[in-house]
Amino acid sequence: MTTTTKDRIALPPKDAQRTNMTCHFCIVGCGYHVYKWDANREGGRAAGQNALGVDFTKQVPPLAITMTKAMTNTITDHSGKRWNIMIVPDKGCSVNSGLSSTRGGKMASYMYAHDGIGKERLKNPRINRGDQWLDTSWDNALAIYAGLTKKILDTDGPSGLLYDCFDHGGAGGGFENTWGTGKLMFSALQTPMVRIHNRPAYNSECHATRDMGVGELNNSYEDAQLSDCIIATGCNPYETQTNYFLNHWLPNLNGGTVEKKKKWFPGEAAAAAKIVIVDPRRSATVAICEQIAGKDNVLHLDIEPGSDTALFNTLLTYVVDQGWHDKDYIAKFTKGFDDAMKVNRMSLEDGSKATGIPVAKIRQAAEWAYKTKASGHRPRTFHAYEKGIIWGNDNYVIQSALVSLVLATQNVGRRGTGVCRMGGHQEGYTRPPYPGDKKIYIDQEVIQGRGLMYTIWGTNPFQTTLNAEEHRRVLGKRAQIVREAMSRARGASVEQMVDVIYDACKNKGGMYVVGINLYPTTLAEEAHMLLPAAHPGEMNLTSMNGERRLRLSEKFMDPPGSAKPDCLIAADIANTLKAMYARDGKADMAKRFEGFDWKTEEDAFNDGFRRAGRPGVGPIDSQGGDTGYLATYALLRKAGNNGVQLPIKRVEGDKMIGTEMAYMDGKFDTKDGKAEFKPAPWNGLPKTVADQKAKHRFWINNGRANEVWQTAYHDQYNSFVRDRYPSAFIEMNPEDARSMGVTAGDVVEVFNDFGSTYAMAYPQKAIKAGQTFMLFGYIRGVAGDVTSPWVDRNVVPYYKGTWASIKRVGSVDDWKQSISFKERRYA
Amino acid sequence: MQEHKLSRRIFLKSSGGAAAVVGTAGAALVPGAAHAEAPGSSTSTNLSYPKRSVGKAGGMPVNQAVNFNYPDASSPCVAIRMGSAVPGGIGPNKDIVAYSTLCTHMGCPVQYEGGTKVFKCGCHYSMFDAENGGQMVCGQATEDLPRVLLDYDAKTDTVSAVGVDGLIYGRQANIL
Repeated sequence: MTTTTKDRIALPPKDAQRTNMTCHFCIVGCGYHVYKWDANREGGRAAGQNALGVDFTKQVPPLAITMTKAMTNTITDHSGKRWNIMIVPDKGCSVNSGLSSTRGGKMASYMYAHDGIGKERLKNPRINRGDQWLDTSWDNALAIYAGLTKKILDTDGPSGLLYDCFDHGGAGGGFENTWGTGKLMFSALQTPMVRIHNRPAYNSECHATRDMGVGELNNSYEDAQLSDCIIATGCNPYETQTNYFLNHWLPNLNGGTVEKKKKWFPGEAAAAAKIVIVDPRRSATVAICEQIAGKDNVLHLDIEPGSDTALFNTLLTYVVDQGWHDKDYIAKFTKGFDDAMKVNRMSLEDGSKATGIPVAKIRQAAEWAYKTKASGHRPRTFHAYEKGIIWGNDNYVIQSALVSLVLATQNVGRRGTGVCRMGGHQEGYTRPPYPGDKKIYIDQEVIQGRGLMYTIWGTNPFQTTLNAEEHRRVLGKRAQIVREAMSRARGASVEQMVDVIYDACKNKGGMYVVGINLYPTTLAEEAHMLLPAAHPGEMNLTSMNGERRLRLSEKFMDPPGSAKPDCLIAADIANTLKAMYARDGKADMAKRFEGFDWKTEEDAFNDGFRRAGRPGVGPIDSQGGDTGYLATYALLRKAGNNGVQLPIKRVEGDKMIGTEMAYMDGKFDTKDGKAEFKPAPWNGLPKTVADQKAKHRFWINNGRANEVWQTAYHDQYNSFVRDRYPSAFIEMNPEDARSMGVTAGDVVEVFNDFGSTYAMAYPQKAIKAGQTFMLFGYIRGVAGDVTSPWVDRNVVPYYKGTWASIKRVGSVDDWKQSISFKERRYA
Repeated sequence: MQEHKLSRRIFLKSSGGAAAVVGTAGAALVPGAAHAEAPGSSTSTNLSYPKRSVGKAGGMPVNQAVNFNYPDASSPCVAIRMGSAVPGGIGPNKDIVAYSTLCTHMGCPVQYEGGTKVFKCGCHYSMFDAENGGQMVCGQATEDLPRVLLDYDAKTDTVSAVGVDGLIYGRQANIL
């Protein structure tokens, strides 16, 4: 059996090792089982002869199993022994109940095999010498990294050290690794010059809701089964939170949970849920909801881009004028309602004008979501949101408007409600406090020539930042200055090389760039050093999903070569610096780098997540909270793919008892425990964005597609994805395309005052005239190249606020012949 | 667990109700005895697929699914004469293709929609392009729809199935 046969797979024998794995990718965190066994053996077809317990002697019936070729692989361990692996969804996991998405279903294929999809993984540290990448030892790489870091720290202080670092869970993140990197950056180096993987400063995507006392992950996935109405704004869950949608929204939309609702809420009217989807684009989710619930139960509010605040303010005003708000609740558990109403008040007519939504539709949405039910009960409405708001027109104000509407109608802290972000990555944050008192726009620091050394950790701003062309252009120029200086330093010792690099950075405008990642990625085009990291399965890793469900993904194989977990890379850097300072006799500095004597990732977990909130310990920002210490690897192994929902209340025997829903006691995360309404003035578009809109014909909406995870760091090597999308696609209105002589599969240039990029034209009937949708963050065709540098008060970008011109460049015959350009929306 | 129950309901709905959109122009063949060697044979690296007649090319209606089973009676497939040449198409006009109709994601039966020439799965909404080698248009599968490899005998105008490219859902190997 080899990996090249496409029409058969090896089954795990009954005694195959089975471990737990939470999906590497999206926020939902589906549970999977990893089977691993000697590649020279295989299980039989009879149910009693394979570990899956499935009878393969005859055709397996539909829905009985999810097991595809992509869920298998053959790996080789460091001793040369070959193992088969199979990673299949866990039917016992309450998150996905045996479902897999097109992303998670490919996990096994993406585990490292020397001849597999992951064969381009970084195996050892690499140094760029002049014009080529050369492998080197950890000792050599760390000596240069720590040597340069120390020289900058000693001479220029921590503000010379820039970082762009993940803050999430799942692959390239996790509580172990956010702690390891955070302790290095914030406690040891004490640099404030840090941005987060998808935004140009060290900030939150949810400042407003947190300021109002409402954390952004406040319900359980099960609550989406119990709602009377779901209001989904700026999210597309079929494509980006797939099994949350299929396993929890779908059964509510088709009436499958009516009996459950009656049981949970006796005496209340119960019916299949209705759904309101707020999105300028008719997304795949809109089309599929119509299939599930029937068109009469789906209301698509296709608002003018950037007008969400006006919509929520109008809904709030209408609700209050109808008397549908919960006056007792507002009085008892909240503050600031009257002040907010003074600012947020907006008539149906004004709201309709700002959003482009007819008055009747706004009224309809309000009736579905907020009008008292026939049984006299207040409806249970779940408000879901994601990047349409988060990367929208003034993140802080939109969230203020939305959460004010939610508080007024008590749609938080009751089962079947919630106001939650849908999420991108999984979560997994435990770090010392950020060592700064303001938000620093790191991309602009780079562009303006500041900073000397830039470590880009588990992320790729070349593909994902805003104003990306300018950022890449300047960073490339600064990196080249260093590259040229290094190429002339032939035979230099480490100390000499550090001096050469430092001189190029300090005196000649250069910047030394280090990437820490699974793959070289497009960072390799500019970086000087690459350090190889590991992902779940190659290490033990904990994360929590969008309902705060903490799970342990268990290690079952070695990372390739000498790659290692990010937390241990951080420890290596800290320990190298500690030794250097000790040699210099600088005890005070050496002390800052203490506390990294970790042998394993579990040590890092215990040091951060399990220490937060303990007596005598300094402040730690941890999603585990003060009871995080109750979670141990041993208990998490026992808890399996269902884990525990944070925060943990207590441990009974060997079972952790978690929290299904926040704020059920009406006590919110403010000093006095009262949730706070926020004024949310509707201000139209920011000038920078409005100017582009006035100049350019097309709105370049941008976001994710189902088949592609993140920056395509794995997918770019998988023909199933790469041959479908060899370039970022741009959905266009067919008439718009025709007017420019553009047909499906043509290459078009997308350009404005900030940059230019190419995309593959994908005309779709569902796209309105003057609008487009471009795949975001892709390996070829970077949508961020045309995004303006505008940010809100917290340096949160408006990625979606992009207007540009489009012109036809040419066509690639191969694309036209081999790629499907059919409608992506199920009808 | 709940999902499975609900999905099964959708599956029944889509396999019954939606059948109207499928041209069922006659199941062209009677299942014969499989003569596959047991997998694991040391004499071959390929599975031994039977050769089965699907029908006469000239007799195939344009853009309608012709049902047949291959490589055995429990594996439903369709052949379609698309009406114009497509990649991998056979026959006098290079326009005949065939696919397994079990969705590669979880095995629900996909329905052929003549208007768009797309296979659609009602369970989790995956779609596959019949004109493009079964490429997934959008959906939750990790593989395109398995393509039934066809052979065309010009002398007798006969289209025959001779193999399958891709693993059929719910099998350890395509040959049971």
